[in-house]
This record gives sequence, C-alpha cells and structure tokens, in this order.
Amino acid sequence: MSINWFKYAAPSNFYHLAGKLIPWFAVPAAILFVVGMYIGFFVAPPDAVQSEAYRIIFIHVPASILSMFIYLIMAGYAALGLIFNTRLSSMMATSLAPTGALFAFISLWTGALWGKPMWGAWWVWDARLTSELILLFLYLGFIALQASIDDPRRADRAGALLAIVGSVNVPIIYFSVKWWNTLHQGSTIKFTGTSMHIAMQQAMFITLAACWLYVVAVSLARVRSIILERERSTQWVSELSEVRS
Amino acid sequence: MNKLSLLGLLGTVIRRDLLLAMRRRSDVLTTLIFFVMVVSLFPLGVGPELDMLRKMAGGIVWVAALLSSMLSLGRMFSADYLDGTLEQMLLAPQSLSVLVLGKILAHWMLAGLPLVLISPVLGLQFDMSPDALLVMVLMLLLGTPILSMIGAIGAALTLGLRGGGVLVSLLVLPLCIPVLIFGTGAIEAVNTGMTIVPHASLLGAMLLVALVFTPWVTAQALRISME
Repeated sequence: MSINWFKYAAPSNFYHLAGKLIPWFAVPAAILFVVGMYIGFFVAPPDAVQSEAYRIIFIHVPASILSMFIYLIMAGYAALGLIFNTRLSSMMATSLAPTGALFAFISLWTGALWGKPMWGAWWVWDARLTSELILLFLYLGFIALQASIDDPRRADRAGALLAIVGSVNVPIIYFSVKWWNTLHQGSTIKFTGTSMHIAMQQAMFITLAACWLYVVAVSLARVRSIILERERSTQWVSELSEVRS
Repeated sequence: MNKLSLLGLLGTVIRRDLLLAMRRRSDVLTTLIFFVMVVSLFPLGVGPELDMLRKMAGGIVWVAALLSSMLSLGRMFSADYLDGTLEQMLLAPQSLSVLVLGKILAHWMLAGLPLVLISPVLGLQFDMSPDALLVMVLMLLLGTPILSMIGAIGAALTLGLRGGGVLVSLLVLPLCIPVLIFGTGAIEAVNTGMTIVPHASLLGAMLLVALVFTPWVTAQALRISME
C-alpha cells in the first residue's frame, strides 16, 4: 500500500485532520497539567536551599524550554515553506509565533517572581535572562513584520527569512550559560544524572509534556483559523457546515 | 557591453552610491548630527559626574551608533526602489549579492565611518582614557559594518511597507545586541586592565560571518519584496 505523504500538505485536507487531532492533544494536556501540578505542589518535597520558592520551575522550566524550541520549529516550518513553497508550512510558522511569544513572556515573568525572593531583585542583567528577552523581541519582530505585510505570500516569505536569520540567535541563548557563566544557576539536569529529587523531576517532565501538548493543540486550532481566513474565497470553505450556518 | 569583473562591479556600485550621497550631503550629515546629539543628551540626563560618565561612555556611544545606523537604514534601498533602479539591479546579469554588498559598503561609508571618526571627540567629552578611546574606535571599526550588514536584511524585508522605519528597528535591533555586548565588553575590559582579544576576536568573527552571509540573505529578501 502506498501512502500519499502529501495529502495533508493541502490546507483543505489538513483543516479536517487538524480538527480531529485537536481533542487528542488538548485533553491529555489538561490531564497532565493537573497531574503535574498535583505532584509539584503536594508530593514533591521543599527544596533544601530554596524551600517552597523553587516550585515555580514547574511552569518556568517548561515555558523556557518551549519558548526556545518553538522558535526552532517555527523557523523550520518557515524554511520548509520558503524552500518547497508549501503554503501550509508557512501557515504553521505563523500560527506558532504567538504561542512562542507567550511562553517567552511567561518564562520571563515567572523568572522575575522567582528572582525576587532568591536574588533579591526582580530582574538582573544576566546573560540568560537577556537572551530570553531578545527571544521575545524576535518573536514580536516576526509577528509585527507579518502583520504589516498585506500580501500573505510575501508575509510568509519575509517572515521565513527573518525567522531563519533569528534562529542563529537561539543557540547563543542556549550556550550563553557556559559562555558568560553569571548569576543564573547552571542546568540541574545533566545527561550524567541529576541532583534533583525524583518527584520534582517527575512533576517537571509532566508539566513539560502538558505544555508541549498544549502548544500542539493551540497551534492546530490557530492554523485552522488561518486556513479559513486565507482560503475564504474557495469552494470547499463555503461548503463547510460551520461556515454555512 | 563589456563584462565587469566582480570587483569592478563592486567599485561601480559603491562609487554610484557615494556620488548620489555627495549630491545630497545633508542626508549624511543628519545621521552624524543625530549621533552627536544623542551622545550629548546622556550627560544632561544622568548628571555631569565624570566618574560615572567615564564608565558609561562606551555603552552610550555604542547605543547611539546603533540608533543612528537604524535611522539611515531606510535610505539604503528606498530611493532605488522608488525610481526603478532596484528592479534593473534584480534583472541584471551580474550577481545580486555583489550589488547588495556594494550598497552595504557604501551605506557603511556614509553612515558608519563618519560615526567612527567622530567618536574619539565624543569620548573626550566623557573623559575616556587614551587606551579606552583607541579600543572604542577599533571596536566601532569592526562593529559598525556588521550593523550595516544586518540592517540591510531588515531594510530589504521592509521595503515599501507602511511604517517601515519603525518596523526595521524592531526587526534589526535584537539581532544587533551581540555586537553591542562585545563592542562595549572590550571597552570595559581595557578599563579594568584585562585583554580585549576575546571581544575583538568574537566581533571580528561576526564581521566575517556577516560578510559572507548577509549580502546573499539581503539579495533573497529583495527578491521576496520585489515580487
């Protein structure tokens, strides 16, 4: 049996697939989030040094990881759209950008909340914080550029080029800890084992998975809206039951 | 038509842009005056204590250089875009990347180099030491071309858009932050008696990487914008 890999590259087919997939990501995201929060707040013990304040990591770490990861995925989709001229890839890139910006913002905000009791300051000009702020700026630049171009195809391509150029910056964020070696604590999770309590680790990975699934669900929902908006003059959109009603 | 060599082509583009700019000197001067003015505003804003100003001087000059190079980015392609020259450049048999590199270098000579040359005078206003002044000029010499190169990408992407001037700053400024960090880092290093080699090396490496990639990326951006 041969599979037609390109079937779902057509926005009209993907629209229906995305509609079917959303619950499969949204529901586990909600369940895992509740479970992760429960373990994080009631099962995991207080930290030896930071006592209760460390519990912010159950939001902060997933948000930080995903804010960087989404940028790479976004740049990847944008590059695909630029190289193969597939409309859906560019739409995916556009749909991921607001979620990425949101996570970058959450990461900075929760970091500030944690920094006040730990470092005694809402904000320090540490390399890693600054890089995260730059990442937020990059997302905002991408969104602003796409918003100011009326022609969607030009917006796709211009955004793609900007995202690819900006993705040069994401590795700098990741390695900045090693380069500048400043106030921000180094990674606790290492490939050679970790110094974290097992329940803390579980809670963090569960909330990470929850956030990840949330990103997929939300970007699928958003890409459905983008497809409807861009294809509004086509036959298949006008035949959709939700459009006709 | 005789075929131009790449270097000849580069020279022609640079000569053309410089000639055009010399016919309208005020454009070049406004950028320079803006730079001087922004730098001079800082002591008025933060107070005249020389100890503090000496520490801040490098950063102030760099930020002002960053802002004034943003200011002149809009001019890099817009005149050629409006009178159709850019379209001819895109259709030309010669490499668009080399044409773009020529325009970038001309932009640097008009918007970057004057800042570098006047920066020691501004540094003296802030009572910088001779060593720090020398390092600042060297770093600006390495760094300002990068600003023109990264800026060219933004200028090409925002060509002909409404609100392009503000948008280009939004796109380009975050990408320029590493240049700012290493440029001011070197001045900080010489003030504290450390070596400037790592900062200078990183900035030099960025310059080379930008020199290789940005003309090509800008050419792609121009093709996207001109479709």
